[in-house]
Amino acid sequence: MNRFLTVFLIISLGLFSHSFCFGGENMVQVKGSDTLINVVQKLAELYMEKAPGISIAVTGGGSGTGIAALINKNCAIANSSRQIKSSEVEQAVKKGVDAKRMVVAIDALSIIVNAQNPVDALTVEQIGKIYKGEIKNWSEVGGNNLAITLYGRQSNSGTYDFMKENVMFGEYSPNLKSMNGNAQISEALKQDASGIGYVGVGYAKEAVGVKALKVAVKSGGAYYDPFNIMDVKSGRYPITRPLNQYINGMPKGLVKDFLEFELSSEGQAIVETEGFFAIPEEYQTYNDQVLGRSGKIRESPMRPEDLEANLGAG
Amino acid sequence: MSRHNNFKEKLIHGLFFFNGLLVILVLAGIFALLVANALPAFKEIRVGQFLFSAAWNPTATFTAPSYGILSMLVSTLMVSAGALIIAVPLGIAAAAYLSDVASKRVREIAKPIVEILAGVPSVIIGFLGIVLVGPIIARIFHLSNGLNALNGSILLAIMALPTIISLSEDALNGVPKSFQEASLALGATHWQTLVRVKIPAALSGIIAASMLGMGRAIGETMTVLMATGCAIAMPKSFLQSVQTMTATIAIELGEVPYNTTHYYALFGIGLVLFIITFIVNMISDIVLHRYQRVYK
Repeated sequence: MNRFLTVFLIISLGLFSHSFCFGGENMVQVKGSDTLINVVQKLAELYMEKAPGISIAVTGGGSGTGIAALINKNCAIANSSRQIKSSEVEQAVKKGVDAKRMVVAIDALSIIVNAQNPVDALTVEQIGKIYKGEIKNWSEVGGNNLAITLYGRQSNSGTYDFMKENVMFGEYSPNLKSMNGNAQISEALKQDASGIGYVGVGYAKEAVGVKALKVAVKSGGAYYDPFNIMDVKSGRYPITRPLNQYINGMPKGLVKDFLEFELSSEGQAIVETEGFFAIPEEYQTYNDQVLGRSGKIRESPMRPEDLEANLGAG
Repeated sequence: MSRHNNFKEKLIHGLFFFNGLLVILVLAGIFALLVANALPAFKEIRVGQFLFSAAWNPTATFTAPSYGILSMLVSTLMVSAGALIIAVPLGIAAAAYLSDVASKRVREIAKPIVEILAGVPSVIIGFLGIVLVGPIIARIFHLSNGLNALNGSILLAIMALPTIISLSEDALNGVPKSFQEASLALGATHWQTLVRVKIPAALSGIIAASMLGMGRAIGETMTVLMATGCAIAMPKSFLQSVQTMTATIAIELGEVPYNTTHYYALFGIGLVLFIITFIVNMISDIVLHRYQRVYK
């Protein structure tokens, strides 16, 4: 009796975990970056429209959460706004996961402030000092005499790490308010005239009541706008970064098909309508290698007008 | 026949014993799990530093990682104490109203509403904190934003109220009728009877109710995570952003690499939290028992 019960429990547990982990053959779990979630959700919606019966579930939680899920085999694709850390690679190897990187979009990380703030531009060094707590008042950077309120992301965010390692070159001030996502930062800044925050360019474009600052590499240099496609694609806007997806090993089947859709002209046009930027040639070549495609398959990026024509009026 | 009954009796007896035991086993299991996962942290962190340093930055890459929970401990106690200061007077007043003043009809409508309040998901309360309470606080105190300890206290007070109200009301109803009759017979007014006889007589029950409300406030996560601004600096006033222990665990446990010092340290925070709520619940239980001894 007892033994029977044990066996029954083990079997049912096995069945359960099986169905939860893999979600059947027609389902792909995508998890991670809050910056990427809207874009990938849009891509997944359009992909599902074209392929009925297929389900692609996109959830957030932050880049760190996504990569952790990939390592624990809880998702097929991990969205990440930063690159995988060496400690995470070690862990992945231990669990037999071969994390491969794809680049799906380009982000111009936007420094945003309340629309009423008279400051329009900052240098990378000033931004770093502000977040490290060395510059405490807007008057030090040409603004009003008002203490700066720091808004940032939680430590599971890839953007949190990206700022630290590529803009600040130091640790955050302990006064940083850790917000749950891009939307929460822009929402807070809409009300807070003393605040500064950072969000993906797609979020900066759609936010109301806030403005994105122009950024220069150093004082005396030219300031560039994160919304200007030429400045971003040429790399003149200093805080430009690739947005990544990580997969376990060579992509196969549905995962591969979805990735190819994301990288197609149509997929990349969606990336641009969501406010981010299509990937340049160097990353296309890199992705082609990961996908095992020889030669360049994708033509030049489709323009948003062409996309609309393609999708019809809806 | 008697043999059959005997067996049934024993079976039921065993079942109830097992259920009772299960609760203790689960509690002991949780405690053991917390201790087992928290202990390895103290191979690398000194206990004194863990408890009395305010610097928490386990993911530091430019400096050495630091694991001090003092500012979170203070934040948690601040937010919960603030919640109690708001919720206890309101809760007792509401309970007194429900048990002694309200007509039967009002009571029948009001009681279920209080119980519904207990069922509002914490994420909704947190959202209210961001869009409603925060901006109001910012306007009243002329702040640039309202994401601070006071916001958390107000929201937690709302969440602790149902517990405090219904348990205090039970305590007030539990005061023997003879107390009230004696008081009224001696010429005391209704108000005097309520404030000088009933509430003091039910005081231990009311204290227990408040302690249970506090236990709820200390352990609450989502609301404080959303509304208090989550800044790790040592708080100097209720108008500053704070990050509680629960919020730290919720934010960081999702992405922390397993079996690292950071991972164990988060369990260490959990252990401290468990001990605090355990003590709070135990005190309320002791107080409640004393009350029962006196009036039965």
